[in-house]
Amino acid sequence: MIEKVLKGKSTYWMWLAVLGTFIAIGAACYVRQYMFGLGLTGMSRDVSWGLYISQFTFLVGVAAGGLMLVLPYYVHDYKAFGRITILGEFLAISALIMCLMFIMADLGQPLRGLNVIFFATPHSMLFWDMCVLWGYLILNCLCGWVILTAERKQVHPPKWIYIFVYISIPFAVSIHTVTAMLYCGLPGRHFWLSAIIAPRFLASAFAAGPSLIVLACLVMRKFADFDAGKEAIQKLTTIIMYAAIINTFFFLLEFFVGYYSEMPGHMHSLEYLFFGLEHDGHVYNNLVPFMWTATAFSFTGLGILAYIKIAKVFDYRLVGTAAALIFFSLWADKGLGFVFGGFVPNPLNEVTEYIPTANELGITLGIWATGFFILTLLYKIAVGVEHEIEA
Amino acid sequence: MDNTRRKFLKIAGAAALAGIGAPAIVKLTSHTAFASEEAGHAVPVPGETGVHGEAASTGVRVGMVIDMRVFAVQPMLLDQAIAACNKVHNIPHFPDRKNEIKWIWKAPYANVFPEQEVLHKSEMAKTKPFAVLCNHCDNPSCVKACPTKATFVQPENGIVAMDFHRCIGCRFCMAACPYGARSFNWQDPRPFITNYNPDFPTRMRGVVEKCNFCGERLALGLEPACVEACSGTGAMVFGDLNDPDSEIRRVLDKEFTIQRNPAAGTKPSVYYIV
Repeated sequence: MIEKVLKGKSTYWMWLAVLGTFIAIGAACYVRQYMFGLGLTGMSRDVSWGLYISQFTFLVGVAAGGLMLVLPYYVHDYKAFGRITILGEFLAISALIMCLMFIMADLGQPLRGLNVIFFATPHSMLFWDMCVLWGYLILNCLCGWVILTAERKQVHPPKWIYIFVYISIPFAVSIHTVTAMLYCGLPGRHFWLSAIIAPRFLASAFAAGPSLIVLACLVMRKFADFDAGKEAIQKLTTIIMYAAIINTFFFLLEFFVGYYSEMPGHMHSLEYLFFGLEHDGHVYNNLVPFMWTATAFSFTGLGILAYIKIAKVFDYRLVGTAAALIFFSLWADKGLGFVFGGFVPNPLNEVTEYIPTANELGITLGIWATGFFILTLLYKIAVGVEHEIEA
Repeated sequence: MDNTRRKFLKIAGAAALAGIGAPAIVKLTSHTAFASEEAGHAVPVPGETGVHGEAASTGVRVGMVIDMRVFAVQPMLLDQAIAACNKVHNIPHFPDRKNEIKWIWKAPYANVFPEQEVLHKSEMAKTKPFAVLCNHCDNPSCVKACPTKATFVQPENGIVAMDFHRCIGCRFCMAACPYGARSFNWQDPRPFITNYNPDFPTRMRGVVEKCNFCGERLALGLEPACVEACSGTGAMVFGDLNDPDSEIRRVLDKEFTIQRNPAAGTKPSVYYIV
């Protein structure tokens, strides 16, 4: 099947070339960081995690979001997802590879990474995160490949693979739950110390993953002659809508807890993210524009989806716009605000703002480009197999 | 220094020395148990005083009392203590806040005790800088978070120590510490060390570091550098929190003390007299 990546139209090769350029830039930036140290990033003693860890956190959600295709298709036998379930599994693979690359980029001593295995420490949530991320990656590679191979031969997949398909369902939940536990079990960080973090992560994941799949389906419909089917897209928008509404609800609950209780620790991070935090006569607010843009995008996206449902219209441009708006808003929420906001103020009630450096942005874009490169190749294979069957 | 105190310091430090990478000294830890039995304590069993244990009820648990009344009247004293630590531990000096490496440093009351901030403070709490350092918690969240056991509680003395050679630089401990006690080497620190002390290892980039309660000095029977810099003033009292006859316990029995963010449940070993 792998030979399918070697044949494509010129748009396919141009797209890969663009991604390849970003990968090359990212690799060069990483070499610089490797030689000098993480001092080349905007991270500091006070904001000790930056874009790498925040992108990792967001992408774990994207990976877990594939569950919204696997679950209806395999458990509820929802036939309309037959053509696109493989897209969910392949998205999980590329998202997880990005996650692992972001973690490696973030390590101060990347060559010692295997110490997590040599000195396995079950009381550290990072150890469990490694276990579930690798587990979910292997499960998706296995299930995706075996099922696609069977499809190509037009036979039923072997029965044993369903064991792994069903195992992958709780695994998808676990990857994002354990990622949430990295944050919500830390006693000194009020913004993260909340039992709703894991549910909120899952809700946002179940909107972000399907949003990206909808966008990919629309792109492939235009450029790769692949039609996911109107019913499947409509069902996905319903899933996105409910998950995004639940995520918004959970987020508003955080606001209630902070601003009704008026406990300073519960308010500070939200204040910093949305209104700017005044501290010693200076207002710190560099994330405020992102958070309000995300809020506007989120409600606009939900509004468009609601319009589609209520007016019973279906338009690919509207669906695409809504999916893009919601995907961006969730990225800003979890891929920026959640991690950076948690460090403000620091345990000594001091405020340091984080601004990523150009080198750091280069690495970040490079890893995203790598993920999309892998995703493109995997989707090329999946679509190629579909075309082969139809032919 | 009287003989029993010197002996205690040696006990407390034996394991710490092993921790800084001298394999030949590891054997000393078995003597530790022996010696502490001699000193009238139960034998410390590794593991029993571990992460999830209650307050180290057996064996040595070192702690510190910081008497701000003394620092308030002797403004230079805290600077001397900080300078002594920086010198002994090869702590680099970075001009910018982003790269700062801090083991013991100064901060206003409002920053050291943000949970106990009040509107009408005493003159001292308003104006005097407080000493801040690692609390060497009995239930440290940094140790819980570390995925490689590069930071760990020494069962022999309760010190929260670091293995600079095992640390992968994930900085989970920095996110986990409720006291902001940890620093990360964002770049090679060596060019920024002004006075190199060959008796203590310098660090490489990409690892976390923090106060080690001078484990390496305790092993030699010396007091922590900051405590030594304040000797004779009573500004810093260091000793075994589990020994009811120790000087630190006498001070704690007599004076009312507070701790940083006790609500975090980490059971700090540093006390403040304000």
